[in-house]
Amino acid sequence: MKTLNHMRLEFDARPENESFARVAVSAFAVPFNPTMDVLSDIRTAVSEAVTNAIVHAYREMGGVIALEAELREDGVLSLTVSDTGCGIPDIDQAMQPFYTTQPEKERSGMGFSVMQSFMDTVQVESEVGRGTSVRMEKLVRARGN
Amino acid sequence: MLSHVRKQDVLLVRLTGELDQCSASGIRRDLDALLSDPRVRHLVIDMEGMPFMDSSGLGVILGRYRALSLRGGTVSLMHLSPQVRRVYDLSGMARIIPVIGEKEAQP
Repeated sequence: MKTLNHMRLEFDARPENESFARVAVSAFAVPFNPTMDVLSDIRTAVSEAVTNAIVHAYREMGGVIALEAELREDGVLSLTVSDTGCGIPDIDQAMQPFYTTQPEKERSGMGFSVMQSFMDTVQVESEVGRGTSVRMEKLVRARGN
Repeated sequence: MLSHVRKQDVLLVRLTGELDQCSASGIRRDLDALLSDPRVRHLVIDMEGMPFMDSSGLGVILGRYRALSLRGGTVSLMHLSPQVRRVYDLSGMARIIPVIGEKEAQP
């Protein structure tokens, strides 16, 4: 499928960059004239993925997060949020609703559930000690528009 | 950012801005300072000025519910934006922390 536009951002794994990532992806998706609901869904999913990288992958010790986005000819926005943090030993377990490794920090354990609910597809690849990559897709422009 | 008004044992807190992991710690700290007042048993969180929340906010709300439950209190929410409502409904938390209307929220 032909790519109409592509971007790649790298930023520090700092909490203040959560809002930056949301705004950047929203602005990138605008040329497809997404509805406010679709933009809101994308913003929410990006927020979850970036938060996971900050608090789980890098354990709030800092690192670099890469955010890659593609607008495709078929009207799909593809997003990949990658880190080089600690990795996820058991992806299936991590994606269970309410599963968290940090209950004492009042983590809800709903991050992946929100991503899955708000995006059309979510794929997670991870290697312990090497990092994690979360790829998400969502149809942002109805076909024919 | 938050503002508040207390009447008897009901504390009404109005949140503004966006609730993500970045803002959660400050909001948690401010709420806990207000809830340290032993007269407060019931917390109503007005989210009209907070159109965005991710799952970090769920942890903040649930944590305050746990604290108030220990003293026989309750937490309720009002004025959820469509985005906040979707995240909140996904959690199933509305069974224990209801979303209420204007009349029910009157302290």
